[in-house]
Amino acid sequence: MREAAIVGYVQGPQRRYAGAANESELIMPVVGEVMRQTGVTMQDIDFTCSGSCDYLQGAAFAFVEGLSALATVPPIKESHVEMDAAWALYEALLKIWTGDADVCLVYGFGKSSPGELRSVLTLQLDPYYHVPLWPDSVSMAALQARALLDSGAASERDLAEVVARSRVNALANPNAQLKGRPTVEQLLAEPAFVSPLRRHDCAPITDGASAMIVASGDAARRLCARPAWIRGIDHRMETGILGARDLTRSPSARLAAERAGVARGRVDLVELHAPFSHQEIILRRELGLANEVPVNLSGGALAANAMMVAGFDRIGYVAGCILEGKADRGVAHATSGHCLQQNLVAVLEA
Amino acid sequence: MANRAAVVGVGQTKHKSRHKEVSIAGLVRQAAERALADAGCGWQDIDAVVLGKAPDMFEGVVMPELYLTDALGGNGKPVLRVHTAGSVGGSTAVVAANYVQSGAFRRVLTVTFEKQSESNATWALSPRMPFVPHVNAGAGGFFAPYMRLYMQKYHAPEHIGCLVAVKDRLNACRNPYAHLQIPNIDLAMVQQSPMLWEPLHFLESCPSSDGACALVIADEQIAERSPNPPAWIVATSTRADGVMYAGKDNIHPKSLIACAKDVYSKAGITDPRRQIDVAELYVPFSWYEPMYLETLGICGEGEGWKLTEAGATAMTGDIPINPSGGVLSSNPIGASGMLRFGEAALQVRGMAGEHQVDGARLALGHAFGGAHSYYAMWVVSADKP
Repeated sequence: MREAAIVGYVQGPQRRYAGAANESELIMPVVGEVMRQTGVTMQDIDFTCSGSCDYLQGAAFAFVEGLSALATVPPIKESHVEMDAAWALYEALLKIWTGDADVCLVYGFGKSSPGELRSVLTLQLDPYYHVPLWPDSVSMAALQARALLDSGAASERDLAEVVARSRVNALANPNAQLKGRPTVEQLLAEPAFVSPLRRHDCAPITDGASAMIVASGDAARRLCARPAWIRGIDHRMETGILGARDLTRSPSARLAAERAGVARGRVDLVELHAPFSHQEIILRRELGLANEVPVNLSGGALAANAMMVAGFDRIGYVAGCILEGKADRGVAHATSGHCLQQNLVAVLEA
Repeated sequence: MANRAAVVGVGQTKHKSRHKEVSIAGLVRQAAERALADAGCGWQDIDAVVLGKAPDMFEGVVMPELYLTDALGGNGKPVLRVHTAGSVGGSTAVVAANYVQSGAFRRVLTVTFEKQSESNATWALSPRMPFVPHVNAGAGGFFAPYMRLYMQKYHAPEHIGCLVAVKDRLNACRNPYAHLQIPNIDLAMVQQSPMLWEPLHFLESCPSSDGACALVIADEQIAERSPNPPAWIVATSTRADGVMYAGKDNIHPKSLIACAKDVYSKAGITDPRRQIDVAELYVPFSWYEPMYLETLGICGEGEGWKLTEAGATAMTGDIPINPSGGVLSSNPIGASGMLRFGEAALQVRGMAGEHQVDGARLALGHAFGGAHSYYAMWVVSADKP
């Protein structure tokens, strides 16, 4: 298989409400900036792929409007996944592996602020048997958290520790939406939101966009002194029927991590896409990470969670650390669906 | 150089207005099982699943790959969901082909569907967005002016569109899966049907369908051992451009010209009319047939309607277009592009039944989406490239 590497990544501001800015206006600055940083022009790009969700904007074809942010004359080779942009990156890699492309632009965008995200995400369930009950995304995550606590694998204090660490780490991330220095005791004193989850255990609602340039071996070396090589990437799915799963485990994340080769070397940092604090604990276990491995130095999804981008941002953050020489080998994870239903794991190396 | 890949299984449901007897999961499952049976393999033999469909609002299910995991045998496997507007059926097949061509996967299932009866497509396509004028014209109303422009510019007689409708609907009578079966259709019936959007009569427009299509795409080794003949994927291409820009040609869109040029050059096609034995083109409204013939270089500018009029695009013509009955006869939107790609494969496999074009060896599949802004194409062959 052909080598591929991330040579540039830009995350836009992560905000609770991006105001009147439409999706194109969120995309344009990040695409422009990643192209400026890498010196890549539209003419150099062989393939463009994006990730977004129509239901966030409340209109069909969000990505068609998104294309207005790019120069598309002459016409471009382009595709789109109705998934987190981490999977758009995967589609771009397919194009590189087949030899169809050398330089790819990948971006994701999500503006969740106009709708009621918790309810919109209910529509991911079986439309006949589950949606009529309207279980919302936070309640389903709470079921999972309760199962984890009941299993004895974690305590409410463990959850609070995840949040406290995320907030502190986010202080160093200028794009983070939520940051601070709460103590575990302060967090535990907060009331329940959807028991056993407190508000701080849940990712915030975020508007944002990010963009990345990924390139094949020679192109990557030409564009970048220290590319972030994608040495392994895999994604796996599980059933959407929550009752058929052991919610305290994530066999799909475990399998993806095995196949991506997480254990094949030292891990300098890991970014886990855990929109709820307890999910970080589940994922740590499934990825087989040593206790001393730093998790979510960016603050993770608890610090900013632009839908359809937050998984992609985990990969981007690890790539950024490698590009800047702060790390040699890192692991990134993205998730989709309720309670970690679908998981992608990538291993990046200098 | 990419690895070779071939279509070894094609499955589709009967397309109709309302599949009341099955859920969305049941619908995709039916198409998938038929594709697996054709490929002579089981669910356990599938390495990855690629799902495609048009906007989620057409059924009201957000990111339906999550709900459809069990129906698609996706547990523990990589599942990807593609969405590129109306061209999605084609671009999903291209992504599935890429899975195999990359060398990372040996046998992939790809499924596309639309169950339009679950929701209301015109509602889904007519959102009221802030700062944007609300156009409640439907797709036909949006595209009709370009057909009028074509007629005026190239002096095409009014009945050409009706001829396409008659031809495709008669072809559909040979296809047991086609939605519209109108065996007594003739020119007068089309011309007397209500005018929907000048110049389009009711019978010149695609229906709203429930339906699904599935393909199994495999590597060279598996393809050669398959029970039925493989359709080798010779070339694929996709192109997109903006919805609206100065100088956009909506009769001969730049994005389609670029897509055709790319796929022909990869497939070594220099004279498409002579080299391509049969083409399945995404013709949702009758006039798109002559317009595509020109844009795809099958004939010169302004000549397309003459080919249609002369019967060159009929089953018995020298360049048969849409022997399956096409989108005019069945339109489960998300699957419509993959049906074109799958029907092209059936033709070169010699498995198209009553609508088989004799001796077809090289076939073109084509899909169209957005406002003349998204295209996907592939060329499949009976001969290994």
